[in-house]
Amino acid sequence: MDNSAPPLNSLVSVRHLSFSRGDKKIFDDISLDFERGKITAIMGPSGTGKTTLLKLIGGQLHPGQGSVTVDGQNVHLLRRAELYNLRKRIGMLFQSGALLTDMNVYDNVAFPLREHTHLSESMIRTLVLMKLQAVGLRGARKLMPNELSGGMARRIALARAIALDPMMILYDEPFTGQDPISMGALAHLIKSLNNTLGLTSIIVSHDVHETLLIADYIYVISEGKIVGHGTTAAIRQSASPWIQQFMTGAADGPVPFHYPAKDYIDDLLSSGKRY
Amino acid sequence: MQHTRTQDTLVGLFVAAGIAGLFFLSLQVSNLSSFSQRDSYTITAHFENSGGLKVKSPVSAAGVKIGQVSDIHFDTKSYESVVTMNIDAEYNTLPDDTTASIFTAGLLGEQYVNLEPGGSDTFLKNNSKIDITQPAIILEKAIGQFLFKAAEEKSE
Amino acid sequence: MIDNLQNLGAQTRASFNKLGRGTFFLLQTLSGTLSVLLRPRLLVNQLYSVGVLSFLIITISGLFVGMVLGLQGYYTLSRFGAEETLGVMVAASLVRELGPVVSALLFAGRAGSALTAEIGLMKATEQLSGMEMMAVDPMKRIIAPRFWAGCISMPLLAALFSAVGIIGGQLVGSGLLGVDEGAYWSQMQAKLDFQDDIVNGILKSIVFGFITSWIALFEGYDAIPTSEGVSRATTRTVVNSAFSILGLDFILTALMFGDH
Repeated sequence: MDNSAPPLNSLVSVRHLSFSRGDKKIFDDISLDFERGKITAIMGPSGTGKTTLLKLIGGQLHPGQGSVTVDGQNVHLLRRAELYNLRKRIGMLFQSGALLTDMNVYDNVAFPLREHTHLSESMIRTLVLMKLQAVGLRGARKLMPNELSGGMARRIALARAIALDPMMILYDEPFTGQDPISMGALAHLIKSLNNTLGLTSIIVSHDVHETLLIADYIYVISEGKIVGHGTTAAIRQSASPWIQQFMTGAADGPVPFHYPAKDYIDDLLSSGKRY
Repeated sequence: MQHTRTQDTLVGLFVAAGIAGLFFLSLQVSNLSSFSQRDSYTITAHFENSGGLKVKSPVSAAGVKIGQVSDIHFDTKSYESVVTMNIDAEYNTLPDDTTASIFTAGLLGEQYVNLEPGGSDTFLKNNSKIDITQPAIILEKAIGQFLFKAAEEKSE
Repeated sequence: MIDNLQNLGAQTRASFNKLGRGTFFLLQTLSGTLSVLLRPRLLVNQLYSVGVLSFLIITISGLFVGMVLGLQGYYTLSRFGAEETLGVMVAASLVRELGPVVSALLFAGRAGSALTAEIGLMKATEQLSGMEMMAVDPMKRIIAPRFWAGCISMPLLAALFSAVGIIGGQLVGSGLLGVDEGAYWSQMQAKLDFQDDIVNGILKSIVFGFITSWIALFEGYDAIPTSEGVSRATTRTVVNSAFSILGLDFILTALMFGDH
């Protein structure tokens, strides 16, 4: 990858990052840049550690090597209080929504406001209703998280993520397991929030169609390496067989259909062993 | 907010009940109310043998508990057992010729110090010493003596 | 052979590792104490789910244990003509041993397992992680209030258990079997010592509350975030708490009552 200095306008830059879990190398010397005000997507097959990358950016995990800089601050050199201050400016949308199950929708959205500000309850009410209105669920404020559909839970979580007016939102697989309508609604929300609130968005996803619709720039990751990156248009027209396989969803190609195993015929004939 | 209010009330009741339980144990179940912080004075008595007497064994006079044993140790000069007792301050008119004996409550019961007031006009004071004492009866010894006597009588 | 040794080595390493993580977890929890004091509301909420919800099972069990002690004690003591000391027997067994131990075992089953499951599920559903990303420290916001609620509730519950049990013993003893009520109470008061019996019993229950809350919260926090992982962690909470309570009870009894 290129080792050049980060573009001036990048909010998050990842440099020479390596991370392993046990003996398994999840990232091997990768560098990425996320431009301010844009939606950048990280794509790749499941199990390539895309969520891990978000946790590295949020400072929940520490890299083996390399650095992550967010808004000029090296995330992993920050002290705890500084890291927490930085996190107040970052919203994160978890795959499951991660709503607090013992509170209703209203209290969930109010949670970061109550924890981090000293606003009066009436101010909080106004803010919560504004955020809920933005995701179109103002009417659902009295529901408990277990009464919400998956798509609604994610929109509530999004309302909570923007409660403190962050500079950046990290989306972890926002489209997984959604019906087409809520998928479309979420894609639309992500795009419009990004534009109206002047956010920077990082989306981790393997849903090609929705991601291509809204992303400005795309990184494709496989087996710990970046196999391709470019603007959405460039990725669409990429000649790389790997990227083509991923985009079109072909069963076999550079990413093999079979999990590594010994020769099929040999395996069938060696009947002595149990496995 | 109604929900929170009920919850607060229940938590309050729970804590109050728990503390009431602690008070009940301290006052109704144990000896905290009857002894501990009352004013008392100390007297000592030397016994030839203090038997199974223990620290906190009761001290009584005419069957009424008036104090408790606070220390028992062996005196290396007189080879006697020195028993220190705390007597409630209200019982401050024990004559100084009082007799102290170690008795057993029932056949297998606990041992206690019994004080038998004498006829003197001067009273025991703090750190006074009781001079007339009667040691604990050691059951084995008593039985041994009884058998010995019986055997003696038979042989005569 | 070599395999077995290797296995043993790996297991030893794993348990030491877990002990280390557990200790670190406890230190983090204790460092969250200040924020609990600053936000008593969080503590009150947890006192409700840890203490109030365990109230019924503890008091009812205490009543029955006391009544059984009253019956059994009466039959044994009456053989020696010592029914009058029934109160002493019931109260001493409850205050010294059964109160702290049985209520701690019940507490581990009722509140400890619930805490483990709650924390484990919060971890599995990324709620803890989500809180961290919202710059809210789950150790302060979630763990510490639950820990202190456990430490406060346990001695109160144990005292209630003993108190209700002693009353239960009296109901059976003098209500049913004809032991003199005055003797029941006065013998008890004469023989039970505030320092030796009551205070030591309460100290025991404080230790048990501490250890049970720690185990329950740590097992939840350390659980593998799957449904199977959480269910195993819940089981481990009950088993490990029971072992710790009984083992510590032996040590504490030896230390406290050893010199008598």
